[in-house]
Amino acid sequence: MKVKYFAWVRERVGKAEETIEPPATVRTVEELIAWLSAQSEAYAYAFEKPKVIRAAIDHAHAKPDTAIAGAREIAFFPPMTGG
Amino acid sequence: MSCPVTIRIQEDDFDLAREIEILTKSRTDIGAVVSFSGICRADEDSAKVAALTLEHYPGMAEEEIKRHVDEATSRWPLNGVTVIHRVGRFMPGQNIVLVLTASQHRQAAFQAAEFLMDYLKTSAPFWKKEESEAGTGWVEAEARDDEAAARWTRS
Repeated sequence: MKVKYFAWVRERVGKAEETIEPPATVRTVEELIAWLSAQSEAYAYAFEKPKVIRAAIDHAHAKPDTAIAGAREIAFFPPMTGG
Repeated sequence: MSCPVTIRIQEDDFDLAREIEILTKSRTDIGAVVSFSGICRADEDSAKVAALTLEHYPGMAEEEIKRHVDEATSRWPLNGVTVIHRVGRFMPGQNIVLVLTASQHRQAAFQAAEFLMDYLKTSAPFWKKEESEAGTGWVEAEARDDEAAARWTRS
């Protein structure tokens, strides 16, 4: 699946997007955050406060317990500050 | 009652008068147009802001705005909606966002404009980075914006 990062999450991860293949045991948004955090210090830094991180699956807001099965694109970003 | 919807995310500036003209042209059923313009402000707390950079999530930003415009048109009798959000780097005084709502009567137009702005701030994927005397950093979301959006939640 494709993963995109925005704002300071993007800066901390060090890339805007990538393709990842998490194991089947990673089933939800929060499990994906935990799995990514274990991959490197950059991810651990980006996701150090997982409760602050917002996620979207295929362009729609998703909750921590939302299942990621079948997702084409998952995005992680800080709380929004537009308008 | 037709309700044309325009949603644009662009780097270019917008012209408020022209957008109202487009929304109301050859319509005689519109009795009220409410406009909200969001403008880059120089004073943020005590630090002078030199510039703001707006980043967005292309694709999702348009879709998220559309979802809220659809909700607005289902909740209020609207005759037209325009939402324009700029992205890029802005100096104080420059336009950032425009919301226009048209209706037969003012109440629906006022309420729908406020509803749309509250959700634009808390739910549409845009992020502001601020350059000021105090340094450069991402703007933090404010609890009062979440509270403003929460009051529209229907029980």
